[in-house]
Amino acid sequence: MGGQRHGIDDWRGIMNAALLIARKDLQVEWRTRMLLARVVPFALLVMVLFAVALDSEPLVLRAAAGLVWLAMLFSTMLVVQRAFDIESADAAIDTLLACAVQPARVFFGKAISLFVQLFVLAVVLVTAAIVLYGVTVSGSRVVLLVTVVISATGGLALVGTLYGAVVANMNGRDSLLPLLALPVLAPLLIGASRATEAAFGSETIDMGNGWAWVGLLGVYGIVFGAAGSAAFSPLTESDS
Amino acid sequence: MTNSVASDTTIHLSDAVVALGGFPALAGVTFDVGRGELVALRGANGTGKSTLLRLCAGLVPLTRGTAVVAGVDLFANRVAVRPHVGLLGHRNGLYGDLTAKQNVQFVADLVGATTSDVTSALQRLGIDQRVATTRASLLSAGQRRRTALAALIVRRAQLWLLDEPHAGLDAAARHELDVILRDATDSGATVLYTTHEIDQAVGVPRTLTLDGGWVVSDTASTIGAAS
Repeated sequence: MGGQRHGIDDWRGIMNAALLIARKDLQVEWRTRMLLARVVPFALLVMVLFAVALDSEPLVLRAAAGLVWLAMLFSTMLVVQRAFDIESADAAIDTLLACAVQPARVFFGKAISLFVQLFVLAVVLVTAAIVLYGVTVSGSRVVLLVTVVISATGGLALVGTLYGAVVANMNGRDSLLPLLALPVLAPLLIGASRATEAAFGSETIDMGNGWAWVGLLGVYGIVFGAAGSAAFSPLTESDS
Repeated sequence: MTNSVASDTTIHLSDAVVALGGFPALAGVTFDVGRGELVALRGANGTGKSTLLRLCAGLVPLTRGTAVVAGVDLFANRVAVRPHVGLLGHRNGLYGDLTAKQNVQFVADLVGATTSDVTSALQRLGIDQRVATTRASLLSAGQRRRTALAALIVRRAQLWLLDEPHAGLDAAARHELDVILRDATDSGATVLYTTHEIDQAVGVPRTLTLDGGWVVSDTASTIGAAS
């Protein structure tokens, strides 16, 4: 029982510190308005350009779910880049590691902050799909859509935090991040797109299959949450 | 992880080697620093001063030798030393988009210090309301340094490690910093700071001089004696 109590206290400590770190990142975002001023316009522009490029209403309707998540993936790269730039700008990561002690706290803190920002972005993009592409969501499909957005955004945040740390100390990290992260995000893109298609009422996939894809997104998030918390220490600690 | 080093010894290094990218930034450093000591670390650029501080803070790994800081064996678990250590690096470690007060409050929240600790530290460093509510990126170099020092104070660390803490400060702030460091040692903390200005080592009870990753001199205020 003592060991179990200790484990609970450890988790409480990790989550308390993680929430402080997330709050700090969100304070920075609130002051700079990076998400609202740059990322959201970029993502909306991508959505409009997709529609222009496809130039066919039935085609856009069919591809709408995939287009939403492609725009999310591209935008995630910008948000992740920014999340780690603020740590390296004045060597603040040293202060953070010195105070937070356990790197897992930093990992979950940054992931929570990314999740909040990406969730806002996902809501904007789904709304844009409804307005621009004319997709409809109603009844029980709303529940599926909300669950997909939460689980896929969680996966994006966890993978983004992990790969943001991988490239944080590398030269040319701006281009390395998408090169390394996008292939790993491919399963998430497939799962989120298929489940969102079901929520959008596509004839090619039913609700049951949509929920099955949500399950896969959940497993994906758990795997990268565990991998990220374990790998964050060797990634952020200087070895040489 | 604790060690059998004497309880009144805060830093014990014996033949400590730190290799950065294969290059020995510290090439076998040996010295002890007792609890409550104020020690200046002198040396030209690239002699290993900053690496020595980062080693003591648990931010770079020990390649060879022995390093026990605040009772923690750094070879076994360097992360465990961090709650006992406050590090002010060459850069200030501030978030430019947060205000000075938000920066100090963030550190205070992480280490469990109170808002009154934050207010007291800001007042101590002469950071008034106007500066406290200004974004760190808009502050002068000296104001940013003061903010970083305020963040260090709220940590109430057992060991203070400061890399060129006087850099960018005006005369009044330098004097206040010296008072703060002496107050810290009077209350039992140990202070190790780097400087390559002889003026800043005058009057310090003990000065270590590094050259080429080695301690070439360890004396009780040789600078004061020489002058």
